[in-house]
Amino acid sequence: MIALLKTVVARDLRLAMRRQADIVSALFFFIIVVSLFPLGVGPEAELLRRLASGVLWVAALLATMLSLPRLFADDFRDGTLEQMALCPQPLAVAVFGKTLAHWLSSGLPLTLLAPLIGLQFDLPADAVLTLVIGLAIGTPALSAIGAIGAALTLGLRGGGVLLSLLVLPLYIPVLIFGAGAVEATISGLGAEANLSILAALSLGGLFFAPWATAAALRIALE
Amino acid sequence: MSNGLLNWFKYASPQSFYPLAGKMIPWFWALAAIFGVVGLYIGFFVAPTDAQQGEGYRIIFLHVPAAWMSMFIYLVMAFWAAIGLIYKTRLSGMMATALAPTGAMFTFLALWTGAFWGKPMWGAWWVWDARLTSELILFFLYVGFIALQAAIDDPRRADKAGAILALVGVVNIPIIYFSVKWWNTLHQGASVSLTKAPSMAQTMLWGMLVCALAFWMYAIAVALMRVRGIILERERNTEWVRQELAR
Amino acid sequence: MMVWNSFSDFLAMGGYGLYVWGSVGATALLMLAEPIIVARRNSALKTQLQRQFNAERADRGERKARRSQA
Repeated sequence: MIALLKTVVARDLRLAMRRQADIVSALFFFIIVVSLFPLGVGPEAELLRRLASGVLWVAALLATMLSLPRLFADDFRDGTLEQMALCPQPLAVAVFGKTLAHWLSSGLPLTLLAPLIGLQFDLPADAVLTLVIGLAIGTPALSAIGAIGAALTLGLRGGGVLLSLLVLPLYIPVLIFGAGAVEATISGLGAEANLSILAALSLGGLFFAPWATAAALRIALE
Repeated sequence: MSNGLLNWFKYASPQSFYPLAGKMIPWFWALAAIFGVVGLYIGFFVAPTDAQQGEGYRIIFLHVPAAWMSMFIYLVMAFWAAIGLIYKTRLSGMMATALAPTGAMFTFLALWTGAFWGKPMWGAWWVWDARLTSELILFFLYVGFIALQAAIDDPRRADKAGAILALVGVVNIPIIYFSVKWWNTLHQGASVSLTKAPSMAQTMLWGMLVCALAFWMYAIAVALMRVRGIILERERNTEWVRQELAR
Repeated sequence: MMVWNSFSDFLAMGGYGLYVWGSVGATALLMLAEPIIVARRNSALKTQLQRQFNAERADRGERKARRSQA
């Protein structure tokens, strides 16, 4: 089972590296969306500092959404997915591997980029640290929950828009606690409570979501 | 025992459920009308004026039952979806599909009446109160369910995919509600809240309950009507539909 | 027990008329519209299916007649 997991993660990462342009454009989408906000609301540092956590997290949600339609589409088209479903191991394990690979190629780069964006919004150092920790432990939940939506909309017309319709409401808890952590740091309340709930959401998501995703994939494969 | 089970499964087939639903619909309409008249009578003629909110509080007799039904219908929808997924009964999936638009309608009504209550009480049509926000998210969940099913052409796949989405939604609703509440207390502190209706009078409670019953009967009647349409649509190539319509 | 002194009192709702009747109106409108829409769609579906079945039956009858002629 571990071997299968390793194989799936390594394979998906190799495929992602072959399409570096996708990762880079998702990152630039993130940067551009975030940079639009100061242009929209004005350059006052005080206002931007208050908006930063929310804007960054919303942009992160949207950026992870971008790569979701591709999560299963290629494997579905070339029959790999069917082979995975025929494996003796549960399909959820392969899904878990694909989720991890998705996080490594979308959530992780976002996390690494976040400090830079934090500077754009004049965030204090401890808030930037909380932001990075929050993104690091929160974005896995986004990949896991998003995988359910990707599996449900697999092969449907207008899949991308539908996917965001299904998945974004389910992202709300992650958004609240992720942005809340940064805000709590700024206001001096301490972010521990927010961060631990965020970690719980991610762990729960990574554990339960692959099963739902696997069930949805089997429906699409029928 | 086995006999009872057999009966159950007999009505679980669309063919025998179609005429049964047709016979039940008028009864549910009648019940909805009776409860509706009684509930509105209690709400508008018996219940006394509220000391703090004057007559404006009478919106409660529509708002609270609509909000209750919006949540209850989502649960029932998920229940039927789960039954359909586990026992592979076709009718269950159709029931879930038939309930979704009515649930969305009640969610919309809860939001609308909430806004019409909020304007005089809070001075704004929309307030990011924890309950209103959760209701809005519930509306999004309904819209997602309906959109997903509309996008899938094969009805069997639509049923199953909708079932998984509904179950994921049911698991998430408590988490969403909890997080919205957390967010709300963090941002607004102790603000006005719909829960603090001071010492609800007995008659008010009765009015709300009877109105909720009326909405419930209404929801069943409309869902049965809709499920009959879905049955005809999906079984159009069977002999019994031919005979049913030849009559 | 009667709360209202007159009909206009009832309509005014103690100054909250717009809000109360706005809620009641929206509720009544949607709860009347929904069943009407569903009933219309059902009957449209029924007539469409009936037309289709009749056409098929006529088609079959014609073919049978032609076969018996030949």
